[in-house]
Amino acid sequence: MIRLGVPSKGRLMEQTFDWFADRGVRLSRAGSDREYAGRVEGVDGMSLVLLSAGEIPRELAAGRIELGVTGTDLVREKLAGWSSDLVELAPMGFGHADLILAVPDCWRDCATLDDFAAIARDFRAEHGFRLRIATKYHRLVRAWLATHEVADYQLVDSQGATEGTVANLTAEAIADITSSGETLRANNLRILDEAPILRSQATLFANRAAMGPAMAALTARLGLHGGG
Amino acid sequence: MIPKQAKQSVGQRFLARFRDAGAEEIAPDILLPAGDLLDLYGEDIRARAYVTQDPIRGEMMLRPDFTVPVVRAHMQNGADPARYCYLGEVFRKQDMGDTRPAAPRDNEYLQCGFELFTRDPQADAEVFALFHDALAPLSLTAQIGDMGLLLDAVRGLPLTQARAVALMHHIWRPGRFARLLARFSTPAVARDFPEPAAAWAGMRTEDEMIRRIARLQSDAAVPPLSRVWTERLDRLFTLRAPAPDALAALTDLARDMPAIAPAVTRIRARLDAIAARGIDLSAVIFDASHGRTTLEYYDGFTFSFVAGRAGWPPVASGGRYDALTRVLGRGREIPAVGGIIRPGLVAELETQA
Repeated sequence: MIRLGVPSKGRLMEQTFDWFADRGVRLSRAGSDREYAGRVEGVDGMSLVLLSAGEIPRELAAGRIELGVTGTDLVREKLAGWSSDLVELAPMGFGHADLILAVPDCWRDCATLDDFAAIARDFRAEHGFRLRIATKYHRLVRAWLATHEVADYQLVDSQGATEGTVANLTAEAIADITSSGETLRANNLRILDEAPILRSQATLFANRAAMGPAMAALTARLGLHGGG
Repeated sequence: MIPKQAKQSVGQRFLARFRDAGAEEIAPDILLPAGDLLDLYGEDIRARAYVTQDPIRGEMMLRPDFTVPVVRAHMQNGADPARYCYLGEVFRKQDMGDTRPAAPRDNEYLQCGFELFTRDPQADAEVFALFHDALAPLSLTAQIGDMGLLLDAVRGLPLTQARAVALMHHIWRPGRFARLLARFSTPAVARDFPEPAAAWAGMRTEDEMIRRIARLQSDAAVPPLSRVWTERLDRLFTLRAPAPDALAALTDLARDMPAIAPAVTRIRARLDAIAARGIDLSAVIFDASHGRTTLEYYDGFTFSFVAGRAGWPPVASGGRYDALTRVLGRGREIPAVGGIIRPGLVAELETQA
């Protein structure tokens, strides 16, 4: 039996159900809205598990589910060496979001990452501590800044309401996921004029160890090309 | 797999050798306050060091290297001159990229080190010769460099103070350094600083921004660095040759770049002192950019001994870190030079020999 993990609520769940429906597989919640069991019609040998979106990468890597729908951002942030454990079967065309670095809009002198690096150096000299970037994407942001050789900063953990940290004086900049940029603008933040740290979208992943005849039959049924 | 006891006994052999060279053995803590290390290495250290929480002492790190605790201990109660040696584990996370490596590097391994705090001008040669002789049976390649040479070269460029300081700050980050140098070598473009609609927010002050804009505007009027200087800098940074040939090339370069003349004199004296200890200089590679991609605290002589195996870090490495003692000494400072050997790698080389 191939177990498919899907986010347990919201638009991500509905869009996932639509994506499978387009391919002739009907997914639904069993019973009431409060129940996390699922039903699968139109294909044999697959069961549905409804999970919190944030847990899907870990469950996939651990092999407790064979297939899972989650954002590329979560997989890359939470699983070091992710492609040793997971196969990216198909980008699903929704749930688009960019991981970006944003600064206060009032910083007229900060357009690019080069400006940001220079400001970080000045800030450290002026304030005696490193400029703080609030984020929950520690690994991705740190790796990206290391690649671009930005040094004089520190990350501070923010698991929610990250856009508010600058106004609250607990950070000088933020790195977060955004799709429309509206929340950023509402909080007087501006995205740096650079390519995003990561472009993410909802993606169907498989556990690499679960790639076999059963999985091949299922991906063929869904019209996918087997995956890597 | 080489058993840990075998690596430990290789380490003990080097430790005994360092003790015979007059060093006092010390045993720094394994749990170190994170603040010092974060301040020194920046956010990158979090990707490499194990961080843990103590209810009373706050954030702590499992020792990622020995230099900081050894310097700290010496600055608190050491006499001068002082020689220290140590043997113990360091802990480094190996955060991989997208793919897990087939043979991941150890995340805990031994280091055996020797550190010398003294104003004796022979100190660099003493430490280098000690490591050279201890490692001689392994036929490693010795590489040396000098960060002071590079810093002097940048300081001596016909640049404004602000530009020179920015370049020196990024000398350990070759990509950012190259971008800055390229920007300083082309005519500056005047920039717009559009008025935003939003009110001021955050801890960075408007005054800080106004000062930076003023600096950028006055910088836009600075003529570009002429090509002849970037070419000289390039010649210096790419110099890599057996030490006697490199010294000849440096002497030659110093005619065009007078700012490096004192550093070249220092290097000549150091090489003479190394040769006087019976070391064949033609087998030592001088690499001007050696140390640019290593730890940021080396600010003078640097050295490493490499086995030339794919994926291996140097078997031994070290250098001079005078500025670090200034940072950790809170007002006191003492010239310092030292290095470490990785007994685990030596054990591997000896097993396969």
